[in-house]
Amino acid sequence: MSLLSIENLKTHFFTKAGVVKSVDGVSFDLDRGEILGIVGESGSGKSVTGFSIMGLVDPPGRLVEGSIRFDGQDLVGMAEPVMRDLRGRRIAMIFQDPMMTLNPVLRVDTQMIEALRAHGRWSDDAARQRCRDVLGQVGIPSPEERLKSYPHQFSGGMRQRVAIAIALLHEPDLIIADEPTTALDVTIQAQILFEIQKLVAENNTAMIWVTHDLAVVAGLADRVAVMYAGRIVEMGTTEEVVNRPFHPYTSGLIGSAPSRNPRGARLTQIRGMAPLPMNLPTGCAFRPRCDRATEACIIEPDATTPESEHLVRCYHPLSGASDWGTTA
Amino acid sequence: MTVFIIRRLLQSVIVVAVMTLLVFAGVYAIGNPVEILISQDATEVERAAAIARLGLDKSLPEQYLAFLGNLLKGDLGTSFVFGEPALQLVLERFPATMELALSAMLIAVFIGVPLGLYAGLRPDSIGGRTIMTGSIFGFSLPNFWQGLMLIMFFAVILQWLPAGGRGVRGEFLGIESSFFSWDGISHLILPAINLALFKTSLVIRLTRASVRETINLDYVKFARAKGLRPRRVIGLHVLKNIMIPLVTIIGLEFGSVIAFAVVTETVFAWPGMGKLIIDSIFQLDRPVIVAYLIVIVCLFITVNLVVDILYAILDPRVRLSDQKA
Repeated sequence: MSLLSIENLKTHFFTKAGVVKSVDGVSFDLDRGEILGIVGESGSGKSVTGFSIMGLVDPPGRLVEGSIRFDGQDLVGMAEPVMRDLRGRRIAMIFQDPMMTLNPVLRVDTQMIEALRAHGRWSDDAARQRCRDVLGQVGIPSPEERLKSYPHQFSGGMRQRVAIAIALLHEPDLIIADEPTTALDVTIQAQILFEIQKLVAENNTAMIWVTHDLAVVAGLADRVAVMYAGRIVEMGTTEEVVNRPFHPYTSGLIGSAPSRNPRGARLTQIRGMAPLPMNLPTGCAFRPRCDRATEACIIEPDATTPESEHLVRCYHPLSGASDWGTTA
Repeated sequence: MTVFIIRRLLQSVIVVAVMTLLVFAGVYAIGNPVEILISQDATEVERAAAIARLGLDKSLPEQYLAFLGNLLKGDLGTSFVFGEPALQLVLERFPATMELALSAMLIAVFIGVPLGLYAGLRPDSIGGRTIMTGSIFGFSLPNFWQGLMLIMFFAVILQWLPAGGRGVRGEFLGIESSFFSWDGISHLILPAINLALFKTSLVIRLTRASVRETINLDYVKFARAKGLRPRRVIGLHVLKNIMIPLVTIIGLEFGSVIAFAVVTETVFAWPGMGKLIIDSIFQLDRPVIVAYLIVIVCLFITVNLVVDILYAILDPRVRLSDQKA
C-alpha cells in the first residue's frame, strides 16, 4: 500500500471576486522512500497541494472534495488535534524562503525544542542532544553554539539547513518541500539538494518536492507530476517525462529551460501567459497557449496512460523526444 | 548598552536645558505675572517690593542664569502664587497623576491586547466586527463628554461609584496610594476608564493590524507545520513579534497620558499635575510651569529609554550600541 494516496483532491478559495480553483482534481500515489517532483508555474496549485496535505489551508480556502489517505487514514476531515499530532511528527514541511521560515525573535534552540516537545516529553538534555545531532546531520558546523543563535545570525543557506533540521527532528515518513532551494545561491542549492537526497534515502522518507524548476527535479525525483491550472497534466517517471514528454506544456517547459539548449540557440517559449485562476478557459486550460489545440480541446480531456506509469491529460499528446520544440 | 544609556542621559540634559530656555522666553513673552499677582490698588512701593521679591526686576538673561544656578543646586524656584518650592508642588501631585495614568495604561493593555488579538484572529466573526466598531467610538467620543456621561450613569443614576475626588489613600509597605484602599480604588475607577478608553481603542486597532499582518507570515505557518498547539503559535510566535510595535506605542502613550491627563483630571476633580499646570499657566506662575515641564521631560526620557531597552530584549536584531538615537 502506498504511504500517501491522493484521490481527486479539490482545494478552492472562495474569495469575494470569485472562486479560485487552485487545486482541481489532483490524484497521485507516493510510496515510502519515493521522491515525487511537482512542477508548475506560479499559481498552478502546486504549493496549495502541499498545504492541503498538511491541513494548513486557511480560509477563504477549503478542501471541497477528494481524499488524502496517509498510511491508511484519511486526512480530509480529520479532527484538528489528530492532524496536529501528525504535523511535524509524521509529515513535515520545508518552506521556500529561509529568511522567513524561522521566527526572527526566537532563538534556534527555542524553535527546535518546541518542535520536539510538540510531540512528546523531552528532557532539556535529551532535547538539546537531539537538536545538536540533527543540526550536525544537515551540515551545520559547531551546532552547540549555533543553537544559542538567533536566525538573523545565519546566512540564507544555513537558515534553510536549520529549517530542514527541524523537519527531520522526528524522522517523518513524508516531507513536503515547497521550493526550498529557489531562494538560495546555485552552489548552496546544489549542496542542499545533495544532502537532502542523502538524508531522505538514509531514513527511507518519502518526499514531495514542489518547484517551478524542472532541472532541479530532474536530478532529484523518482517521478514527476506537471501541474497546470490546478490539474496534473502529465505524470510519470522522471526519465520518461523529461526525455519523452507527452503533454505540449511539459515539452514547452523543457524547451524554455536554458540549461537544456545548446549555447546560442534561441530558447523556445510558451506563448501567452498563465491563465488567471479566476476565469480558466473551458476544457483544457492550456488550450489558448497550445499549438496543437483543436476543437476537441474545448472539452476537458481525461487522464490517459498511453504507456503504463506515464499519465497525460491531452487529446493530442506528443509521441516522443523528436517532438521537442514543436511550438514553432 | 552602558555606553548607550550614558549617551542617552547626556542628550537628555541638553533637551532639558533647551526646554527651560524656551519656556522661560515663552512665559516672559506671554505677560507679566505681576499684573495678576498684585492687587490693583497696591502702591508703587509695594509693587516694586513684590517685583524685587520675585526676582522679576532683573533682565531675562539674568533671571535665566540665576535659575540655572539654582537648578544645579536642585532648586527650581518658588511658586509666585503659593510661595512654596515649585518642584515640591509638582511632586506632591505627581503620585495622583501617576496612579491615574498607570491604571489607564493597564486597562488599555489588558483589555486592548486580548480584544485586538481576538479581532485579528477572527476578523469576520461577529465578535471581531463588534470589537472593531466599538473601538471607533472609543477614539471618536470627546473625552470630556465621555467623562460626564460616565459620571451621569455610574455616579448619579446608578450611584455605584463616586463622581470625583481622590478618596482615602491606603498604606502598604510605607507607600501611600489609592491602590491600597477600596475607597481609593472606587474613586480611581471612573477617571481611569475615561482616560483609558481612547488608548484601549488604539491598542485594539494596532494589535489587530499587527496580528493580521503576522498571522500570514511563513514563520507562523512553519510553526503550525511543526505541530505546535495554537496557544503556543499565537502566544509566543505571534505575540512576541507584535509586542515590538505595541511597546513603542504603549511607551509613547504612557508619556502622553501622564502629561495630558488634564481633561480627565478636571472633569473628575482629580488632584493631579494636570490641574496644577493649567492653573499655573493662567496665573503665569513660571517656576511651577518650568518645574512641571522638567518633570514631564524627564519622564518622557525615562519612558523612551525603557522602550528602547525593551526593544533590544524583544528583538534580537536590535543592538543598542549601534543605534544613533
